[in-house]
Formats: sequence, C-alpha cells, structure tokens
Amino acid sequence: MYDAPQTQREVDLTQTKIAARNVQVYYGDTHAIKDVDVNIEDKTVTAFIGPSGCGKSTFLRCLNRMNDTIDVCRVEGDILIDGEDIYDKRVDPVQLRAKVGMVFQKPNPFPKSIYDNVAYGPRIHGLAKNKADLDDIVERALRRGAIWDEVKDRLQSPGTGLSGGQQQRLCIARAVATEPEVLLMDEPWSALDPIATAQVEELIDELRQNYSVVIVTHSMQQAARVSQKTAFFHLGNLVEFGETGQIFTNPEDPRTESYITGRIG
Amino acid sequence: MSDASLQSPSAAPARKGSLHRQDERTRKRNAAEARFRGYGIAAIAVGVFFLVVLAFSIIRSGVPAFTHTVLDVEITLTQQQFDEAEAQLFKTKAYAGYFNATLTAELERRGISVPFDEAAIERLAGKVGGTLREFYRANPDQLGQPVTFELPASSRVDGYFNGRVSRDTLQESRFLMLADLDLVDALSEAGIIHGTFNWNFITGADSGVDNPGGAGIGASVVGSFFMMLVVLFLSLPIGVAASIYLEEFAPQNRFTDLIEVNISNLAAVPSIVFGILGLAVFIQFAHLPQSAPLVGGLVLTLMTLPTIIISTRASLKAVPPSIRDAALGVGASKMQAVFHHVLPLAMPGILTGTIIGLAQALGETAPLLLIGMVGFVARGYPDGFIAGFTEPNSAMPAQIYTWAARADASFYDKAWGGIIILLIFLLTMNIIAIILRRRFERRW
Repeated sequence: MYDAPQTQREVDLTQTKIAARNVQVYYGDTHAIKDVDVNIEDKTVTAFIGPSGCGKSTFLRCLNRMNDTIDVCRVEGDILIDGEDIYDKRVDPVQLRAKVGMVFQKPNPFPKSIYDNVAYGPRIHGLAKNKADLDDIVERALRRGAIWDEVKDRLQSPGTGLSGGQQQRLCIARAVATEPEVLLMDEPWSALDPIATAQVEELIDELRQNYSVVIVTHSMQQAARVSQKTAFFHLGNLVEFGETGQIFTNPEDPRTESYITGRIG
Repeated sequence: MSDASLQSPSAAPARKGSLHRQDERTRKRNAAEARFRGYGIAAIAVGVFFLVVLAFSIIRSGVPAFTHTVLDVEITLTQQQFDEAEAQLFKTKAYAGYFNATLTAELERRGISVPFDEAAIERLAGKVGGTLREFYRANPDQLGQPVTFELPASSRVDGYFNGRVSRDTLQESRFLMLADLDLVDALSEAGIIHGTFNWNFITGADSGVDNPGGAGIGASVVGSFFMMLVVLFLSLPIGVAASIYLEEFAPQNRFTDLIEVNISNLAAVPSIVFGILGLAVFIQFAHLPQSAPLVGGLVLTLMTLPTIIISTRASLKAVPPSIRDAALGVGASKMQAVFHHVLPLAMPGILTGTIIGLAQALGETAPLLLIGMVGFVARGYPDGFIAGFTEPNSAMPAQIYTWAARADASFYDKAWGGIIILLIFLLTMNIIAIILRRRFERRW
C-alpha cells in the first residue's frame, strides 16, 4: 500500500494506525496545513501542540473527515488508516467516523438522557441486538468513561444536567460506545477545572490500552503528562514529531524550543 | 505597562472631590437616563391605551351581534283549526290570523290594549304564518297542545332595543312604522318581546341582505377551518422540508443565495398579488372550483410558505453547531443528525412560526376577494368532509368584509361580532403556540 518514499522514513509500519502523507488543507484561498507527514501509532497517545491557529485542530478534524462539513475546506494528500485512504471516493464518512471517534473542545452532550446519549451511537450503527445488549454496551462505555459510578443511579436524567467534567466524560463514553479504533480529542479540557482535567487525563491514559488516542492541546505540561508522542505545529507546518520526552527535553528544531520555553506562542 | 505612571493631567482633577456629592457629568448622565426611562414608559402607556380603546370599542360594538330580540308566544292550535287553514286558498294568511288572535288574547289577559294588524306583525317578526304552518305540517302531533314559538324580531326592532333606532330617528318605511313602536313597547311590557342570546349568529350561515337578524358566522367559520387544513397540511411539510434543505444540505453558492433573497422578498409581497395569482393559476388555468376553501387554502399556502420557511430556518440556525458535530462525531449521517437532534431542538421555533403564519392566513381577506370567497352563501354548511373543500363557502374575514359593506346598519353590528369571533380564534391559536413551545422546549 505504501509508496516507496514512505518506507524510507524511520517508522515501524506494523504499529502505524494512521499515516498522513503530504497533507495540504485549504480554507478557500488560505493554505492552513502545509505538507504534513505524520505516523500515528496504535495504542499510543499522540499529542498535537502548538500556538493558536497553527492548524492542529484542523489537521485533527481531517482524520475523521469532520472538515467535510465546511464547504470551503479542501484536503489534498493521503491520510491512511490501516493502509486505507480515507479520502478515497468509496469511503463513506459515516463508516469512517464510527471507526474514528471524536471528543470536542466543549462538552456537547445531546439534550437527552445520559442513557440515550451513550446509546445513540450503538443504536444507529446497529451494534446491539436487544435491550439487554444495549444496556451492557452503555454500562461498559460509561465505565470506560470513568463516570459509571457517578451516574448509574440516574441514567434517565438529562445529560446536560451534569457538571462540566462529568459532561466531558459522558462525551468520551459516548465516543467509545461505538467501539472506535481511534479516538480524536480536540482540547477536551478547555472547559474543565483542574480536578476534572486530572480525571480526564487519567482516563486518557487508560483509554490508551484499547485505542489510538490523538489529543490536541495548548498546554505543554498536559502534553508532557499524558502523551507518548508529540507533534509540534507552527503556522500550518508540522515542525517536529517524536517521542514526547525527546521533544520536551531535547528538541531538534529551534522553533520547538522557542515554543516550549515560552518565547513564541 | 510602562505607561501606567503617565497619568493624563486633565483627568486628575475630575477624580477629586467627595463621593457624597454628584459632579456635573454624573448629574447629566443620570438625567438622561431618567428621561429615557420616561420615554419608554410613555411609549408603553400609549400602546396600552390604544389597545384598551381598541378592545373596548370592539366589545362595545360587537356585543349586540350576540343578542337578538325575540317574540315569545305560546300558541295552541287544534286539529280543526289546522284543517280549516289548510282548506283555504291563502293558507299562511289563516295561520297569521291565528297568531294575531292569540297575541291579542294574550295582551288583553294582561290588560294591555294596543291596536295592531297583520301587516304590523309582519314588520315586527316577518312572515309568522309561514313559520307556523311549516311547524305544524312537520309536527302534526303537536296539534292541540300548547307550543311556545320564539320568533326573531326584525332588525329594526332589534335596533330599537339596543338603542340604534329611536322614535326620533326612525324613518317611516315598509320596514317599520312609528305606530309599530307602540306595539313593541306594549309587547315588551307584557314580556312577550325580549332580548336573548343569539345562537344563530355563532352557528348559522349568512342571510339575505334584507334579513340581518338571520345572519350567522358559523358557515364561514367552517370555510376558514377547511382553508386552514389545506394551509397546514401543505405549507408545514413543504416549508420545513425546504428550510431543512436550504439550511443543512444546500451548498452555499450564488444560486442558493438567490433563492434565499427571493424567499425573503416573497414574505413582503402584498397578499392581493397572491390572490390574483391564485385566480389566474388555480381557477382560470387549473379550473379548480371557484369560491372553494381548497383554492383559498392554496392561495394562503403560497402566502404562508415564506413565513414558515423564514422562521424554520431561524430556529434551525439557532441550534448550536456543537449538537451537529456531536451527532456526526459518533457516526450519524447528516440526515440522522438533522432528524434525530437538530429538528427536535428547532421544533418549538418551527411550531411557533407555523401557528403565527396560520394566524396571519386566517385573518387574510384580500386574496379571498379575488378568488370569489365573498359570495353570498345560501347553502350554509357543506355536505361532508370532501365537500368542505370543494363547495363554495366564505371565510371569516371575507364574511366580515361582506357584512361591513352591506347597507343595513344591523349588518354593521354583525361585522363587529364577527371580528370578536375572529379575534377569539386568533387568541386561541396564539395560546396553543405558547403551550406547544413550552411543551417542546428543553429546559436542560
């Protein structure tokens, strides 16, 4: 599947979940993402860091084609998940998004009950054969979202009535309920207080055992805490990508160093 | 922040002085605020004043339409009298004779004597003989028993009772003579003639131009109802489908921009234009029945569509995009996202817009004039559900317009009464809109 030049890069292809090659994103005339090449590994937390407007969220939204909803947005290059080009004409974005779940910046539970929030994905994808099955799926998802103990007695109460941190964990539970293989998180902490943030961070570390997790964050400390791999974006370019420890202690690119030490951004 | 120390010298003195004393600027500002509040209160007061005046004048002018004057007469007709009357050449005249005899006897019994003849009774209560004959021919078993007849008095007598006609203003005519008023007074004293609630106004159909007493708004309420059915079942699905497509699916290009602009423009097109369009397309081209609620409904649908589309699009726009993202993020298709999540959240707005559109359509007159829904409807109620759409009928506002244009002053009362009924319908619809909005609104 891969072209020859790609194999020259020092990546272990057996582990690669998502491979992006030469990705360009345009918003109308604006060139938002330039020449991004990245390999995202399975069962790893990959963090995208960079200053505001650097394109990290845009790139993240390319990975499950959420950018399709924006009329003026155009994506070029290849993004492969398990070796399959997701921008191929044959790919239905609906199937893709079932495989690549997403958690958004602001907690956005549906204005329905907690149960229905989690059950919605499995329902539309036909994952449950009967009610008992669906109950199991909901419980498992809520447990993985580390929120089961808090909500098990009020599954029928509205999801929007939870606190911010609980809402975000509910959204994570909703995302994992459809059994995705990749979980994309676009600054899931931005609306949360430090305690809720810590809970979500812990949760992400647990999720790593089952999924490939990609997070976008402003906070370098956060990236350092939760991720194994870090990609630094600046002005639409992927400046540096590598082991988190290496990026934070011994960056190769002077721009990365400037950002980490607080001189830019 | 090096400029923090550079305090402007002119600003410094303003901050001096006691906080307990207002400076000139603050006083001016407070005065301006007080003036503005005054304007606001005055504006509201003017609005409320006009509303009260309007409501008062509508109720004062409209209430007489709900009462009418009747003659209560108890008659006992024997089988022999019935046979004799039926044997005569002028049968109804014989019945009128019986009526007059009964009335005279009734007045004498109460010690009131006033001269009157058959012509006077006819001026007061119409063709009494005919009414009697019809009743006894239909119910022969009532012969020999006392039967109470409640005969509606003529519109002039009505006017005399509610103050529109007085002895000074009465023009003697074949409708009412001055001397008849003596009879009316006498009958009133005897308790035979009195005012009562006019059910016929609410349930009846329109009457001839010389019989305002018999006019009712019921048939045109039915006409309006069938029209609203057409409007609701056409404009709601079409309007909502169009808005969902434009708002959620359509690409943003020059063509959709053009459509948007045109929808907004359509909302501002005078309704008479829709009327003449309906006349040309539905009646002259498609040969749909004239004066039918079906055609009226089609024309009003055209009028209501822009309103519904605009309000539906506004309420779709008001649904936060994060809900769409959330649905798409778990792998819902665009249609699932719209129908499972966006549409339910937009529902209160859509329903409110629809009902407001319907209320507008309910009160619309001009297009109905052009498609002939102002005709005199002698037939009254339609013969069935399907006929309700296709048979000629009137609509409430058109009926009110017709009455207001008639010569007899009693019809003027009827027009006001019709407006009260129309306003009751509109208020009911608005209340339903509020209830629906409350019910569908998610407060979490």
